Amino acid sequence: MSVIGLIRMGDNTLVLGQRLSEWCGHAPALEEDIALANTALDLIGQTQLWLDLAGQREGQGRTADTLAYTRDAWDFRNLLLVEQPNRDFAVTMTRQFLFDTWHFEALQALINHADADISAIAQKSAKEVTYHRERSTDIVIALGNGTEESHDRMQGALDRLWPYVGEMFAQDDDDLTDMSVLRDAFDVHVSQTLSESTLTKPDSDFAHQGGKTGTRHSEHLGHMLATMQVLPRNYPGATW
Amino acid sequence: MSTEWPLYEVFIRGQHGLSHRHVGSLHATDAEHAIQNARDVYTRRKEGVSIWVVPAADITASSPDDKGPLYDPADDKVYRHPTFFDIPDDVGAM
Repeated sequence: MSVIGLIRMGDNTLVLGQRLSEWCGHAPALEEDIALANTALDLIGQTQLWLDLAGQREGQGRTADTLAYTRDAWDFRNLLLVEQPNRDFAVTMTRQFLFDTWHFEALQALINHADADISAIAQKSAKEVTYHRERSTDIVIALGNGTEESHDRMQGALDRLWPYVGEMFAQDDDDLTDMSVLRDAFDVHVSQTLSESTLTKPDSDFAHQGGKTGTRHSEHLGHMLATMQVLPRNYPGATW
Repeated sequence: MSTEWPLYEVFIRGQHGLSHRHVGSLHATDAEHAIQNARDVYTRRKEGVSIWVVPAADITASSPDDKGPLYDPADDKVYRHPTFFDIPDDVGAM
């Protein structure tokens, strides 16, 4: 059982949860605003479970809060995909769709993990993520079939984010499960959704790497963490 | 805004056995989307076990102007209330 594997799961949900919360008060419709905030809160809740377990297993007294708020960018182990900026609604929802599709398969695999704590977190998260995937899938289909502008923006978002797909399935012994075997199920759901969306899957298999190993995060992560961490770093131990 | 999504009325059933109750309205592109939005807007705190959505445009409402003819005739017909009937004790709670 790898502490890094637990931190990866928690950092993915933490970074994406923080990204989604940037939409709070800015989403294109009130209903979408609440839906994005709900998804963000689900992900932050999952973060607390994963990172608390990581802290316990590490045995050095670190909690979810200390892991989230006192590490620097190079210590984060999230996928490069989730730290990409929101840009517009098309990029946000395409990023969500790609992540949800991977996340769903990863959690299904982790439900069967031999470690009871990991299995329990996966079971709880899977219910939330089943809904996340349903929602982002429906939005990809709706916007792909929407207007010429929504279609073009969705295709642009897909082309922009596709190079971040490969890292999700990179074989790595620190992962809690072999992520490479999840690729087939991911491809089935993505292909089916894209064909219903009239969107084209990009040809290139080029994949940016370095998020889940921490060796090459994009410049966006540091900016995001500066915002996320400024309060607890300036006022250590602050409480409501 | 001309591109505003259509309005849906939302009904939530709080628990099994109770009826769906009107809780509010929201905008959505279609009924499926309205269900999802209702889930996010109205059931965040475990308020329900079932959701109905109805296009607001499909609801036919009585007119406030008709309230005289519609409701006033019941004013002097108190005998329609069940309190006029004696309930036998062995019926129990009703």
